[in-house]
This record gives sequence, C-alpha cells and structure tokens, in this order.
Amino acid sequence: MTVAIVDYGSGNLHSAAKAFERAARSMEEPQKVMVTRDPDAVFRADRIVLPGVGAFADCRRGLDAVDGMLEAMTEAVRVKARPFFGICVGMQLMATRGKEHVTTDGFNWIGGDVEKISPREENLKIPHMGWNTLDMVREHPVLERLPLGPKGRHAYFVHSYHLNASSEADVLARADYGGPVTAMVGKDTAIGTQFHPEKSQRFGLALISNFLKWKP
Amino acid sequence: MFKVRVIPCLDVKDGRVVKGVNFVDLRDAGDPVEAAIAYDAAGADELCFLDITATHENRGTMLDVVRRTAEACFMPVTVGGGVRTIDDIKTLLRSGADKVSINSAAVSNREFVKQAAQKFGEQCIVVAIDAKRVKRGGGSDRWEIFTHGGRNSTGIDAIEYAQEVVSLGAGEILLTSMDRDGTRQGFDLPLTRAIADSVPVPVIASGGVGHLDHLVDGIREGHATAVLAASIFHFGEFTIRQAKEHMVRAGLPMRLDP
Repeated sequence: MTVAIVDYGSGNLHSAAKAFERAARSMEEPQKVMVTRDPDAVFRADRIVLPGVGAFADCRRGLDAVDGMLEAMTEAVRVKARPFFGICVGMQLMATRGKEHVTTDGFNWIGGDVEKISPREENLKIPHMGWNTLDMVREHPVLERLPLGPKGRHAYFVHSYHLNASSEADVLARADYGGPVTAMVGKDTAIGTQFHPEKSQRFGLALISNFLKWKP
Repeated sequence: MFKVRVIPCLDVKDGRVVKGVNFVDLRDAGDPVEAAIAYDAAGADELCFLDITATHENRGTMLDVVRRTAEACFMPVTVGGGVRTIDDIKTLLRSGADKVSINSAAVSNREFVKQAAQKFGEQCIVVAIDAKRVKRGGGSDRWEIFTHGGRNSTGIDAIEYAQEVVSLGAGEILLTSMDRDGTRQGFDLPLTRAIADSVPVPVIASGGVGHLDHLVDGIREGHATAVLAASIFHFGEFTIRQAKEHMVRAGLPMRLDP
C-alpha cells in the first residue's frame, strides 16, 4: 500500500509526511508514505493526500504548474475511487470556487464556494487560529471512535476562509467560531479537513490512522 | 468551543536551550528537541523557539532542531530570531516550522512583511513587537518599538506599527513588553489591550509572567488571544496543566485533552 503526499511547492509537507508516517507505522498492513510531484506515482498510489497552506489562488497555480497532476488526481479519485485527503487549502481546493481576493476555480468535487469567515462577536480575531472542538454533522468511517462535541478533543485551525458547502450531505463536521465554520467535508472517496490533523497531536494522528484504515 | 492558547517559549543558542529546562526528567536538559517533546506531552498548545544564535555560521543548528522537532511533535511550532530574508523563511518552513516570527527585519523594512505574507500566506507570518513605555513631556505616555533586546529606540509608535504590519499581511502579533520582560510582575496590560484592541489578528501576550494569575490577566484584561511564558514553565514552578487548570478555574476556555 502506498500513500502519495502531493508536492506542488506548497508549504509544510514535512509535517504532513511525518504525521502520516507515524500513523502508518501503527497499521497492521504496512503502508509506504511518499512525498512526490510525479503524476504517475500519484495515479498509482493507493491513497492520495493533498496538503496546502497559503492563498487559494496561489495553491491552485502551484498545482497547475505540475504538468498532469490535477488530471492524475482527478482520475485516481473520481474513476479509480482512491481515498483522498485534502488538508486546509488542499480541502478548500475540492470546492467549486475559491473567493480569496480573486475568484478561482476549484476541482468542483464538493459543491460550494470558499468564503471569508465572519464571526458574529467582534472580539473574535481573524485568522481563526488555535484549538477548537468539532461537532459531527454526519457519521463517517474516518470519524469512528473519535471523541467529538463540546466535551470532545480539539483540532488545530489556522484559516480565514472556509468551504461553504451547498449540500449539507457533504459536510461531516463543523466548528463554532462566532458562527458555524466548516471543519470537515466528505463525498464518495474524498474527505477534507479545514484543520491540520498533522498539528493536532493525538487527535490528529487518530484521524489519520482512521483514514489509512478506511476502505470505501 | 474555541480555546485560549498557552505557549511555552524556548530560547535556543547554537542549538542548545539557554539555561536549560528542568521541569521534567530529561536526559539532556539543554536539548531543545527533548524539551519540545516534553511540552508536547504536557499539553502545550503551541511551541515557540527563539533563536538567539549570534553567528551566521551556527544558524544551521536551528534548522536541525526544527527538523527533529517536527519528526517527533505533532503540534504547531513558531520559530523566530534572525529571520531576515525570504530564503530564511523558506528554509524554516521546509524544515517543519508552521509559523515564523519576524522582528527587527520588519522594523527596518516593512516591505519584507508584505513579501513574506504574499509568498507564504498571512497565516504563517508572525510579527514580533518589542515595545517599551516612553515618557512624554507634557503629553501622555506612549509605547515605542525597541530593537536589539530593548537597547535601541526607534521612535516608532507601537500601536501604529502593529496596525501597519497587520495591513501588510502579518497574521499574528507576538507582543513583548520590554519593561516587564524578566520582571515576573505580569504582562504590561494597558499595552497588551491597546494593541489587541487595535488590530483584527490574534495577539500573543509576552513578557513578565511570574504567576498563573498573570496568564488570566493577559487574556481577560489584556484582551490577548494567547499567552506566552518561559521561565515559570522551564524551571518546574508550574506545569502547563496547572496553568491551564488555573485558567479554567478563572472561567477561561482551555484545552485539557489527554
């Protein structure tokens, strides 16, 4: 089994790779984690992870600059039904459009736009930076046995925009930050988290383990 | 529910923790990575490394510290100290830092903040502000930006500067009171509140923590979103857990995940 972490010049691949390696080591079935910018390797991988930090348009541009990568990912996920995990801007790219400064097309795997968060209380700062609990919207195998809800575990967020999904069925979890913030989406074999599982200590590693075990 | 962050800060010189860390049985009290692992296990919400290495040749030691920390700790890490170029930021982020903190390079060249935020995203650009109260003849006191550990005055108003760096793309402000740093008298609360209320991004209060009540004050009175401390944690006076439980008792929302 291979897990391909897509390298398209965006941010902190090192942390994502280390977290997936750590989680992979605890699996019964050995899984090889690789960081790659080779579309063929991504196409052949059993699981695909798309990290992303920075602005939506920059990430999209970076991904487009790797010849054949989006096509390889799309075919692997949409045709071969490979499990896919988008993290932060990697999750936002799954949307129809991003509206950070400029309007940019996403993959349109999850209907909806990526919009600026607007907390009701004016003392709440933007970015939404720090630890928050998650409220489950829909059950999903990757959320199995994870303590969610107000008394549950916390995930680490750093973002100013979120995916406003047009269909409630695509939302797996939300956080509350002066109003609802989309924390996790899922459709078919693809999931995405707005928060950073690779930075969310034990909770994050448990979520990654669930993803590695998931056989959709 | 969104929680208040408690951030221990480690001063690192030539790859070693300055004065060491003695809050738990470490094989090597001077190894920043061991300290980071211990803070991760203790439930710190983030970790901050401040590189005070003086020579350029030894700066690579910090990258190694960051790399080894990222292999063992799955928590957010900010690295500051001597961040002067886009390349400095790139190598730190590549090594595993989540955020970099820019101090004097932002004072001497504001454009650097803008370039950095555009290239790497506002969320990973922290601007560290060292401010000191300045007596004004006739008028009211104000706070000014100081560099070189509080020795050099710049004459720049701290509030205006904070607003300016945020407008250029700083995603967070790490605010240190040079009057309070090392005094154990608590944060400069009027300063913290003045800055926190004038910018839309999170402000981390720093400088002066001597007791757990000070952490509560920084949030409640200072309006900070996070609190940073060093010595009260490093020398075993209080654990991260004790600090957080104290803050919970004061009514603040804290993360107490096992």
